[in-house]
Amino acid sequence: MKKLNKLVSVAVASAMVMAMMTGCGSDGNKSSGGTSDGNNGAATFKIGGIGPTTGGAALYGTNVQNAAQIAIDEINAAGGVNGYMLELNFQDDEHDAEKSVNAYNVLKDWGAQMIVGAVTSSPCIAVSEKTKEDNMFQITPSGSAVECVQYDNCFRICFSDPNQGEASAKYISENNLAEKVAIIYDSSDVYSSGIMESFVSGAASYNLNVVATEAFTADSKTDFSVQLQKAKDAGADMVFLPIYYQESSLILTQANAMGYAPTFFSCDGMDGILGVDNFDTKLAEGVMLLTPFAADAQDDLTVKFVSQYKERHNDTPNQFAADAYDAIYVIKAAIEKSGVTPDMSVSDICDKMKAAMLEINVEGLTTVGTGAGMSWNADGEVNKEPKAVKIVDGAYAGMD
Amino acid sequence: MKKMNISKSSKNNMITYGIVIIAYVVMQILLGTGNISSLMKGMLVPLCVYAILAVSLNLTVGILGELSLGHAGFMCVGAFSGAFFSKYMVIAAPGMPGALRFFIAILIGAVMAGLFGILIGIPVLRLKGDYLAIVTLAFGEIIKNLVNILHVGLDEKGLHLAFTNTSIKMSENGTFIIKGAQGITGTPNDSGFTISIVLLLITLFIVLNLVNSRTGRAIMAIRDNTIAAESVGINITKYKLMAFSISAALAGVAGVLYAHNLSTLTALPKNFGYNMSIMILVFVVLGGIGSIRGSMIAAVILTLLPELLRGLNNYRMLIYAIVLIVMMLFNWAPKCIEWRERLMAKLKLGKAAKEVS
Repeated sequence: MKKLNKLVSVAVASAMVMAMMTGCGSDGNKSSGGTSDGNNGAATFKIGGIGPTTGGAALYGTNVQNAAQIAIDEINAAGGVNGYMLELNFQDDEHDAEKSVNAYNVLKDWGAQMIVGAVTSSPCIAVSEKTKEDNMFQITPSGSAVECVQYDNCFRICFSDPNQGEASAKYISENNLAEKVAIIYDSSDVYSSGIMESFVSGAASYNLNVVATEAFTADSKTDFSVQLQKAKDAGADMVFLPIYYQESSLILTQANAMGYAPTFFSCDGMDGILGVDNFDTKLAEGVMLLTPFAADAQDDLTVKFVSQYKERHNDTPNQFAADAYDAIYVIKAAIEKSGVTPDMSVSDICDKMKAAMLEINVEGLTTVGTGAGMSWNADGEVNKEPKAVKIVDGAYAGMD
Repeated sequence: MKKMNISKSSKNNMITYGIVIIAYVVMQILLGTGNISSLMKGMLVPLCVYAILAVSLNLTVGILGELSLGHAGFMCVGAFSGAFFSKYMVIAAPGMPGALRFFIAILIGAVMAGLFGILIGIPVLRLKGDYLAIVTLAFGEIIKNLVNILHVGLDEKGLHLAFTNTSIKMSENGTFIIKGAQGITGTPNDSGFTISIVLLLITLFIVLNLVNSRTGRAIMAIRDNTIAAESVGINITKYKLMAFSISAALAGVAGVLYAHNLSTLTALPKNFGYNMSIMILVFVVLGGIGSIRGSMIAAVILTLLPELLRGLNNYRMLIYAIVLIVMMLFNWAPKCIEWRERLMAKLKLGKAAKEVS
């Protein structure tokens, strides 16, 4: 027994020592890196990343982290930006607003000069409040809620939720894809309910007939037979799914089981459906989605990115990865345009870069095939062409 | 002679207050001299929030002896009612001083959570043990889901309430205060370290005084033996409800602090779901059921730990879990308690031997 006691005490002691050492580590970083200005002419731009790398939304955070790192390594290998190297420090926020502020503070202690993130909406809003206080440049790859870019130091790569909903309504109506539309959405999710709302208001102006609006919540997302039955009874020939692919895969399976075969239309959250375990991809035939990125597109940029991603992480990147990859190149373009240097203060860098953001036009993974690049207005909203794809023979195919 | 008058319990309480005050003074000095990392600075308010939550839950679990798994629900009620008031005032009365607005928000949060505590307590406290735990768990989830569909808008005609976004009868230029799953955005950042410490001290004062009062003894008598307590004429329902609703009101205060520390407030499973309730319960259990000071310290350590472990990157959560298990064993395993007692006895013996020699 004595031995066990010793073991336990050693374990406790070592855990405490470790906690103390890491505590000291963060302090040390602070004194050497300097919090805001006076970086002693260091030749690197320090980019802080924030996103969930643990917990339920970990897939998105890890994709962003990996893709941002790939982009930074590419840029550094090619000689950096104006001769300066880029450095990424990515911190986990567990998809929690409070933790994201902690992550931001950790990055600040590290000496971050600009922020890529946060990956998810609600943390992104919380972080933007803090970056505004410090006047730090922030660009979110995928924070799609309207408020994510409410301050002038914040920009985004993806479309906002209202944009997606309205774009979907417009697309369906202009291409005469459906007579009656039913919606199944997650009422407990910001992303999903945001798109649903703008889709409904968009449907009214584009003369779409929404016959059923059925909700589920994060606590009951395994059985959708009630919602599907209602959609079927209402005679909907299209079901709009502004939700993520995990739930979508269940909906497709259950619709098939009850012999209901409408057209399914979805947004970028559907991206990833073909990779769901134990999901019969035949069921996804004919599903249409608005997504900025298709991993099996054949253009050079996508092929290069996807193969590198696969090589490094043995996984297929999704649209979050593409957004993050573009975000780093946008930062590069903004740095080049504004001519900022790493020895400037955080606030000066931000002021110059946000002015430069309005002038640049960047082509990236998320604009491949649309023939135009991304540009920004003063609201921080991106201007680019939406892309729709249809699943044909188990792969994305462009729509005409 | 004067020394004799201070009872053991009030000496104990003084130590508890002392710890908080010393922590506050140390932090203020660090803040004043700038020797503090941004992370620590940002953590100060959350640490107080979790300490208040742990202390308030300890009142239910440790003093009243009922297992409640819905504490995050009360926090949620407090957070949303407080933030709702602040947001409303920001729009309706922009000239109102921030301190006054925050003070009223705290009162509203506490009263609302307390009211919910009474409402829930009336049916729930008739149950015992596991049944009570399950019902409180369900209650917490109901609150979270209700808040997620709640839409409240404000326009020139006043407030509008609806359960879906499309059915709200608000004019074009109205603004949403609570927007369903998107929650409340743009709550003023009124929480500060000093006010948080003051609230923590008030919480400690309320709970510690309650425990050492006639009421507190009645509550503990109910915990130890309900039948005996009833037979000596203690009104069980009254005291149970009292402890439960005070605990809820204090959780509401913590919620208001939480809401005014972040600019966005959404009811996610992570911050107001049962995960959070269990997290608070873990603080209480690890710190010692019934030990107010212990639960406060456990809350601070367990909130800080994952942040301090950030240096370990991907192993962070693994190490955190292991530390939890080790702490639990260290605190509660019979053999460990025995070992600790022996160690203490040895130390005392050594001390005594030194004094003799």
